[in-house]
Amino acid sequence: MNAPVTSDLGVTNIVIAGLGGQGVLKASDILVDAIFPTGLEVKKSEVHGMSQRGGSVCSDIRFGRQVFSPMVPPGEADYLLVLAPDQVEVNRHLLKPDGVLIAPDSVDINRLPNKKALNVALLGRLSRYLEMIPLDNWRQALQRNFPPDLHAGNEQAFEFGRNS
Amino acid sequence: MNDTQRLLLSGDEAIALGALHSGVQLGAGYPGTPSTEILEYFSELGGNAQWSPNEKVALEVAIGAAFGGGRALATMKHVGLNVAADPLFTAAYTGVSGGLVIISADDPGMASSQNEQDNRHYAVAAGVPMLEPSDSQEAYDFTRAAYELSERFHIPVMLRVTTRVCHSKTAVTPRPPLPPSQPHFTRDIKSRVMIPAYARPAHVKLRAKLKEIEQFNESSPLNVEIRGGSELGIISSGISYMHAREAAPGASFLKLSTTYPLPLQKIAAFARSVKRCVVVEEGDPYLVDAIRAAGVAVEGKPEMYRFGELNVARVRRILAGDTSPEPPKPAGKPPQLCDACPYRLVFQVIRKMDLIVAGDIGCYTLGVLSPFEAMDTCVCMGAAITVGLGLRKVLPPEQARRVISVIGDSTFVHSGITGVVDMAYNRPPTGHVVVILDNYTTAMTGRQEHPGTGRLLNHEPARKLVIEDICRAAGVDRVYVVEPRAGSDEFETRLRECLDSGETAVIVARRPCILLLKDLKKLEITNQPQNQSQAACECSCNQ
Repeated sequence: MNAPVTSDLGVTNIVIAGLGGQGVLKASDILVDAIFPTGLEVKKSEVHGMSQRGGSVCSDIRFGRQVFSPMVPPGEADYLLVLAPDQVEVNRHLLKPDGVLIAPDSVDINRLPNKKALNVALLGRLSRYLEMIPLDNWRQALQRNFPPDLHAGNEQAFEFGRNS
Repeated sequence: MNDTQRLLLSGDEAIALGALHSGVQLGAGYPGTPSTEILEYFSELGGNAQWSPNEKVALEVAIGAAFGGGRALATMKHVGLNVAADPLFTAAYTGVSGGLVIISADDPGMASSQNEQDNRHYAVAAGVPMLEPSDSQEAYDFTRAAYELSERFHIPVMLRVTTRVCHSKTAVTPRPPLPPSQPHFTRDIKSRVMIPAYARPAHVKLRAKLKEIEQFNESSPLNVEIRGGSELGIISSGISYMHAREAAPGASFLKLSTTYPLPLQKIAAFARSVKRCVVVEEGDPYLVDAIRAAGVAVEGKPEMYRFGELNVARVRRILAGDTSPEPPKPAGKPPQLCDACPYRLVFQVIRKMDLIVAGDIGCYTLGVLSPFEAMDTCVCMGAAITVGLGLRKVLPPEQARRVISVIGDSTFVHSGITGVVDMAYNRPPTGHVVVILDNYTTAMTGRQEHPGTGRLLNHEPARKLVIEDICRAAGVDRVYVVEPRAGSDEFETRLRECLDSGETAVIVARRPCILLLKDLKKLEITNQPQNQSQAACECSCNQ
């Protein structure tokens, strides 16, 4: 497992994409919540408004020593995390040549206890590459972004993805 | 400041916090992407916030609060400022006693809008100072600066943001909050009553004020110069500045934050200090035209970059003078009506009957897409009814009889009511049929309350506006309420009946948004006592 080489300013670019209602925005919220306490500069940008009506949704996350634009330039994403199989091709141009694609088939969805937690499982998978984010940050971010009755299920999904 | 005081906020949240820390006593607006979350977050933080029926109402309420010496916030998306333009232009003349900040949240690239107008022109046209933040920290700081400016010069101030500022999360370090002002009305008839005799001197006064503000902006610390090399200088504002900083790390920058009135002396001095000076801005060539008109030689962007949002890649192309065709973006999947949405049933019927449909702004605009393709026009909020009336009035009778208007509940309250009044008053010869799709919420922007839901912005109970009663009171011949349900042909039967009658008719197709169902149950349980007393009242009043 090789992490892509980051830019001169040490900026890591991540794009999370999928369809409205799949939890793209929730996943990006959890990710930035996990990054923020590291003290690195982090920016998240998205277009939402019709996000629950099944259309394409995309969220950009960038972090590093200094980040200017909140949008990942096309072809410069280090990681592309896609929640819907039919959105992989639509978003592939965002990924840089040696970038890492994390798609629904990156985990064995049939073994996922709750299929609704695919977004969190794929975050778990992504977490393996992002060594600068301590595991504790991820746990706390998950807890901050879900009501208590969903904590256990999402922690499970995260672990499942991380170990996939 | 220690690290624990840093917050990760969206631009909208940062504006809300900035308003709260400015001691704002009243926030009013109408939901519209990307501005919606400002008032929601302001309310969550304990601010006094309200959804108004539309943006004009919201701004006028805010103007009243500021006439009374309070600090007021009015929020809206770019097209919302069109609706509120009438009070805006005159409020610039009257000025304000307290602080008044108007948010214009523009949508370059039209992520969820019907046009990509550049509202920087409004600041110039109305004569109100404008500030443009480029991230959440600035959104917070500039909101506070906007109130200072507003109170210092007694003038409404426009804070112009765009989707990528509103919906981007970046770090914010807040500062200690200010105490609220002490509202108190002081009579000043000549300043606040804009009859021509008082408006003429008010215009002269406004222009003098703007001259003063221009001088103030010349030395404003909000306009920042970042010295790099002297080969390339970039003048930019808002989110474009962030793209440009990244695209040209070695260049010198003049980051403009007070973008009306412009600090033209500062701009001229900056342009002189570099060999090549390029203005990088999203949307219309507002800055470049103004700077050139002042006799300063600067480069602008090629016309092809007027369309859509900018990003780092596009700014690199602008700086390289590259006008070759851009790589096409793969088409994403468009949004669609939810699987169990009650509107689906309505559009199936409309499609089957092959009608001419004047549509409106909301979830139901998605009725234009496959498999329904049951919408023929969509102009602006409220236009469904009035555009339908216009069609009815000029088409040959056999076509006119096929015209219907389709509008949602929140939009009906926003600006559909006056259309219904027009229908009853200036009745087309063939009559007309309006279908009001009432799903109990402002669904498209994320399920906000409105007067027809019977709940306030914070979901507390309120007096409920009864849509069918308004239509009856306007003098519409036939008013029906139906529930669109699978297996029921009630809607179709009523629609045919109304079309055949040649009368004016309103059919309220009422069933809750499926995304609201869970919340609705909770809300109704919480609000029950008030609902019961109100229901009892309605029974007797409706006899």
